[in-house]
This record gives sequence, structure tokens and C-alpha cells, in this order.
Amino acid sequence: MSKRKAKDSQMPIGECISQVQTLLRERLCHQQLPQRPEGVDSQHKHLLELLKRTALHGESNSVLIIGPRGTGKTLLLRCVLAELLAEEDIHKTLLQVHLNGLLQTDDRIALKEITRQLSLENVVGDQVFGSFAENLTFLLEALKKGDRSSSRPVLFILDEFDLFAHHKNQTLLYNLLDVSQSAQTPVAVVGLTCRLDVLELLEKRVKSRFSHRQIHLLRSLSFSQYLQAVQAQLHLPDASFPDSTFCHDWNASVKALCEDKSVEEVLLRHFNSTKDFRSLHRLLMASLSRVSVSNPTIKPADLLDASRLFSADAMTNVLHGLSILELCLVIAMKHLNDIYDGEPFNLQMVYNEFKRFLQRKSNSMYNFDLPVVMKAFEHLQQLEVVRPVDAAAARAQREYQLVRLMLDHSQIMEALQRYPQCPTDVKQWAASAFG
Amino acid sequence: MTASLQHPGYDQQRLQHVAEKMPCRVAQAGALLSLMGEVTQYSYPSIFLYGHRSTGKSHVMSVLLKELELPHAMVSCVECVSVGLMFKHVLLALFGPDPSSLLPRSPSLSDFVRIYRQQCPLSPANQTRYIVIEKAELLRDMDSNLLPVLLRLQELVDDNVTVILLSEIVWDRFRPNTGCFEPLLLYFPDYSKGDLQQILSQDLHPSYSAELYSAFINILLGVFYSVCRDLRELRHLAALNFSKFCEPLKEGKVKESDTHKLWRNIEPHLKKAMQTVYLREVSSVQWEEQEQEESGALKGLSAHAHVELPYYSKYLLIAAYLASYNPARTDRRFFLKHHGKIRKTNFLKKHEKTSNHLLGPKPFPLDRLLAIFYSVVDSRVAPSASIFSQISSLVTLQLLTQLGHDDQLDAPKYKCAVALDFIRAISRTVNFDIVKYLYDFL
Repeated sequence: MSKRKAKDSQMPIGECISQVQTLLRERLCHQQLPQRPEGVDSQHKHLLELLKRTALHGESNSVLIIGPRGTGKTLLLRCVLAELLAEEDIHKTLLQVHLNGLLQTDDRIALKEITRQLSLENVVGDQVFGSFAENLTFLLEALKKGDRSSSRPVLFILDEFDLFAHHKNQTLLYNLLDVSQSAQTPVAVVGLTCRLDVLELLEKRVKSRFSHRQIHLLRSLSFSQYLQAVQAQLHLPDASFPDSTFCHDWNASVKALCEDKSVEEVLLRHFNSTKDFRSLHRLLMASLSRVSVSNPTIKPADLLDASRLFSADAMTNVLHGLSILELCLVIAMKHLNDIYDGEPFNLQMVYNEFKRFLQRKSNSMYNFDLPVVMKAFEHLQQLEVVRPVDAAAARAQREYQLVRLMLDHSQIMEALQRYPQCPTDVKQWAASAFG
Repeated sequence: MTASLQHPGYDQQRLQHVAEKMPCRVAQAGALLSLMGEVTQYSYPSIFLYGHRSTGKSHVMSVLLKELELPHAMVSCVECVSVGLMFKHVLLALFGPDPSSLLPRSPSLSDFVRIYRQQCPLSPANQTRYIVIEKAELLRDMDSNLLPVLLRLQELVDDNVTVILLSEIVWDRFRPNTGCFEPLLLYFPDYSKGDLQQILSQDLHPSYSAELYSAFINILLGVFYSVCRDLRELRHLAALNFSKFCEPLKEGKVKESDTHKLWRNIEPHLKKAMQTVYLREVSSVQWEEQEQEESGALKGLSAHAHVELPYYSKYLLIAAYLASYNPARTDRRFFLKHHGKIRKTNFLKKHEKTSNHLLGPKPFPLDRLLAIFYSVVDSRVAPSASIFSQISSLVTLQLLTQLGHDDQLDAPKYKCAVALDFIRAISRTVNFDIVKYLYDFL
């Protein structure tokens, strides 16, 4: 024991915490690559084989990676790429082109980006392209000149693949897939998308050129695996962390955290609503941010608080900050919704309902004129608590514009429960229209 | 303000200074700081701050970033009429004037990300960069890809950058159809009554005591708190009404301690302010003049106070109002002298449950408007071109609205777009008792 202590430099606790934060934040916020993506071994192997064939043997290919958001499509691809590039000869020859459907919003921009990423700018340099078509033919020529054996393979990665299908005539997709079908420069086209029906978006001529290889990433995680993943996310590496005693304590506390009954319950609830790793990261990040010198481990309470923060209904929060008058209007709208079965209503009706409530009460402390009520109503409209039925009706007088309430019954009642110093008569009125 | 701001990554004295600048918001600032982490640590790619208007979202953000000297760009979506302006602003704030001039004329998202990526290694700040976007609800009306790109900017530019969106609308109303990177949500709660009192009491008048000012704020909140919780609005009202509150003190009628008398003096004024200044019916300058002159009726900003119409236009407007709010089948009863025998009980039995003043005006054809006009106006009028041009000028004044297309020449349809109070005032000027002709008020 004494030997070990001598080996480790004991760091002050503040520095340890700072180290932990740096390490885990990189993991949770920056999507640092893990050693190996979990639970997707077959997909990983498939993709790796496919890309290797392009890189080494000059075989053209096209493949789609499909899966809901946050299942690790990009992660899988990046892992595979990292593994590919680790090999010396591939690293030297393989060219990569990264496109994102969000950024390259039309084919002209995409083409420019391809030229840039292939460092063909100096070749293009002085040539002025009159049209998109000319530019494209130049690029295609450049791609077509090669053959399977002599030219360098090019890897096209299309993130948000479905957005490329919205481009005019799908020219880019057509040409890329066409090149990948013919024995020209070896090209691998990898598309990533969260739309399961993405093939329906492709035109017939584009679809027929696609290899129809699809890699589906659907999380089939069990809860115990999920728990392990949580633990792995928070685990500190024994070897590389400078202070081993702190590291040991931290890992033990993480283990204890995951075994805690209440934490397990929270995680189960989270797991049942989404298996998405991003949202798990969000939860862990929120609890990690509470770790400080005075609170050196993640306590179950931190996780509970974080989960409460995310499960809290945002609309209820907004209702909490309304003035009494605005709250009264919301209640009046709720009653109108009950009476007319969800039909849209206008400000006059709401005001009428509100006045009926005031008439029943002897004290008229909320006796406001229509213009004041209208200002409150407009505020509600700005907050999008109420929404106009159609935009065309915006020309009508403001007090007769038909709107709908965007809240449900339970949200209003919950907000009322939490409203500070809510008058009793208002509460009663909310409970029943004749209260 | 017992809680103090603490974070190991920052200088304690500076944090103290920051905390003093944001009364009642220290807890929120602390939560934000702990999310942001130390200067070099990664922060979550996007954070969504929401809360009511003037709850200090922008203030807390800007004070934190400025006082702690973190690299940041603060953009308000109101100013950015095009995405190009926003990109330029962000690049200018983060990398200086040269990179921002690299942007082409109408830059696309691709250009922005490309230039950002180029600049990152050139000015290697190992600190987290922050992009704060105010009034983020307007992002939804801009380029549809802009919001998803901003949310995952960290991944796209591969830099330690955090995008912070500020909005008063909840996140659920932002989410695009195919989903996107979900930001970390953080709620800024509204100020409680005590908080408001504390903050408003800070800007006191130098020549009066703090107790007096805080008593004034108390009275002000008593009147306005149930209607309005917007700090900025309340502050404006406080500034406008304080001189009136002090008037009896200046004249020496009341002592400072006699709050009840001061209250009796100011309360009617505040009630009046709610009807006028609060609704922007009069401007603040007009309000101050009015306070000095004490000349009751002053013309306000709103159209109600000063609409002058020609004689026939007034009758046309009255006729339009009647046509909009009365069912067509009752015209016989109102406007025909010998309308035959209609059983009164039968007539008065209302078929519709709700009155027309709840549902709003109904459209009517031009013929009906003219027929009612001829029967209400007291002299004989020829259907001349001047009458028709007056109708179209009423449409231009937006007192009437024409339905359908402008090119419909035969039988155009109109709707009356004025309120009951307005039409009452108009009909009073021509001695016409409009209420007697309204079906809803029979």
C-alpha cells in the first residue's frame, strides 16, 4: 500500500474534480470515440468489409445506414473510418468527401464542396464554369478517367441523406450512384439517414442505380445492458487517471450509484421512454455539472434532480409566470373548450366567460376593461399558449379572431396547484365552471 | 442575495462582482456556470434557455460572458433580416474583421461552416466559444436548416463551441418534423413579487429616501401586479408616475411617513395609467403633459379619439355596422314602416344561442348596405358616385373590410371592422340611437 502511495502523486481534490470534469465532458458532450461501438458488431463488420473492398480492391459500392436519431450511425461510421485509416496503405490512398444535407442545400453548393474537399480547386482554378452541368461534367470526367486498378478510391459520406433527395432532379445522387455502378474510379457512397422510408424518396432512375444495401441500426438493448452502459460512461480509466485513490473512490461511487434503487427507477423510466444515447448523455451531463469540490461524487439526488428537470412540463413552467389576469383568461378558455367540445373561440367569448365569473363574485378586484384584457390575450398569443386557427383570418378584428388553446386539462390544473398565492375563488372556478 | 456564485474555474472576486450585477438571478447563473464548466472544458453543444420576457435571460448571459471575458458572439434574431448578417456577426465577434469579409455575398450554411472550420486552427482559442442567439423563436421563420445546424454546430465545425438559444417560447414548439439534436433545456423562472419589489426599489430617486421609494413601488405593484409582471413595463410605469406621487410632499401637505394619504393621492392616477399609458393609448410624453396640465380629456394616440368622417360616411359606417351585426331577416322589422303584423313574441325568440357580438361581424352584400343606408339617413340621397367612393375610402381607412378579391365588381361583400364603442361614439355625433336598431340589444 505504501509503495502504491509513493508511486501516485496525491493531487488536491479540486484538481481531481477538474480532471474528472474534463474527461467526462469530452465523453458526454463531444462524442469522443469509444474503443469499439457496443452492440453493433455485425453492422460494424459489414461496413468495414465493404469499405475495405473499395479501399483495397477498387470495388465501387453504395450503402445506406438507417436508424433513428441518436442510435450511433455517425459513431459507427467514424469508428469504421478510424479503423480503416489505421492501415498504412489505405491511409495513403483513400480520399474522403464529407457532405451534410443540412449544409449543402443544393447541388451547386455540394459540387463546390466536393471540388474543395478533393483539392481540385487549383485544377478548376482558372476555368470558369458557365453552368452547373459543365462543372459536373468536369468533375465526372476527372472521376471517370481512372479505372479500377490505378486511381485512388473516393469515399463519399452523405449525412442526412434524405435531404439530398429533395434537390432538384436529384442530379447529385443520380451521378454519384451512376459512377458507383460503372467500372470507373472506385467510389463508395455511404448515406446516413434517420428516415426509414428513404428509398421511397428516390426517383426510379436513382433508385435503380443504388445497390440496395442497407444497414439498419435499431437499438435492441436490454435494461441491464443499458445500466452497464451508464456505468461505463461514468467510469474513469484506472491506468491513465493521475490520482489512483480518487479514481478508485469515484468508480466505486459510480457503481453504488447504479445499484441505488431510486436511480434504477429513474433510469428505467428514462429507458422506457427512449433508448437514445444522446438523451442519456444529456441526463448524465446535467448531473455531472453538479459535481464540485464540496460534492465530489454524483449522488442519487443529483440524478433525480436532473431527471426531474427534463421531465418537467415546460408549458406548466410558462403558466407559472403568468399574471393573475392571464391565468384567469386561460381558465375561461378551458371552460369554453369544455362547453364547445374543442371548437375554436375568440377573445369576445373569453371575455364574456370571464365577466360571468366576475359577476358571481361580489368583490370585483379583477374588473378590467376589454383593452387591458386584450393586451393580456395578445401576450398569451405571443407565448403560443393560444394559436390562431388559420393565418388568413389574421385580417379580422383582433377580438374576433378565432384561436385554439394549446394546453390540456391536466397542464392547467397542475399549473394552478403550483401557482404562488393563487386566490381561492380562482381555484374554485377552475375546478368547476359554476364554482 | 445570500447565495453567492462559486466555481473553481473562475476568479472568486470576479464572480462576486458578477453576482452583484444580477439581483435575484444568482441561482440561475450558478446553474449556467456549472453547465459551462471551466474555460477549456467542453460544454454541451447546445443549451436552450427559456423563460418569460424580461426575466434576465439576455442580461445574465451577457454579464457572465463579458465579465468573465469568455470568447463569445451575441446575436439577436430581430436584427438579422438575412442569415448572412447573422453569420457575418458571429464570425466578426469570434475571429475578427478579416474572416468575416471572406463570406461571399449571400452566404449559405455551407460557406459559414467552411470559413469557421478554416479559422478555427488559425486562432486556436482553447477556451470554449459561445454563440448566444436571442429571440430564437424567429429562427423558425428563417432557413429551415438553420436551427438543426446551430444545434449541432459543435459536431459540424469540430470545435469547442456551444450555442445558447434564448427564447420565451417552449422548446416543444421548435422541434422540426424529422427531429434534430436535442438541446439541454434550462428554465428561467419569473421574478416573484418580492424579487420585483427588490429590483425596482434599486433605481430610486436621489432626493428622496429609499423607504419612500420602496413604499411607492409597493403601491405600484399593488395596482399592476395582477395584470402585468413584465419588469421592463413596470419600471417604465414607475418612472412615469413617481413625480406625481411626490407632488403632495413637495407642496408640503403630507409628511413622508403618511403613506395612507400618499396612497389615496396616487391610486386614481395609477388606475388611469392602466387605461392609457399601459395600453399605449397615449405616449409617455403626452402622459407627462397631461399630468402637468390636469386638463382631463387629451387626445390619445389611438384612432378612437380623433376620427373625423364626412356626414354620409358616418351613416354608411352605421349602416355597415347594422348590416354586419343584425341577421338579414330582421331588416324588415327595423327599417320598414309598414312591416305587417309580426308577432312580437315570435320575433323576439332568439334562434341563435350566442349573440352576434360574440361571434363577430358577418359579411353582407353592397345592396343591403345601401338599402339600410337609405333608410337610416334622414334626407333623400341620390346614389351618386360620391357615395360609392366614400365606401371605398372607408375600406382604405380599414373601417370596412372587403371580402374576396378586389376585382369583383358586381356585388362585392364587406364586413364592418369597428367596435361597438366606436360606432356608438360616431352615431352620437349624428344623433342616431344605434342601440335601438341592434338585434342583440332588443
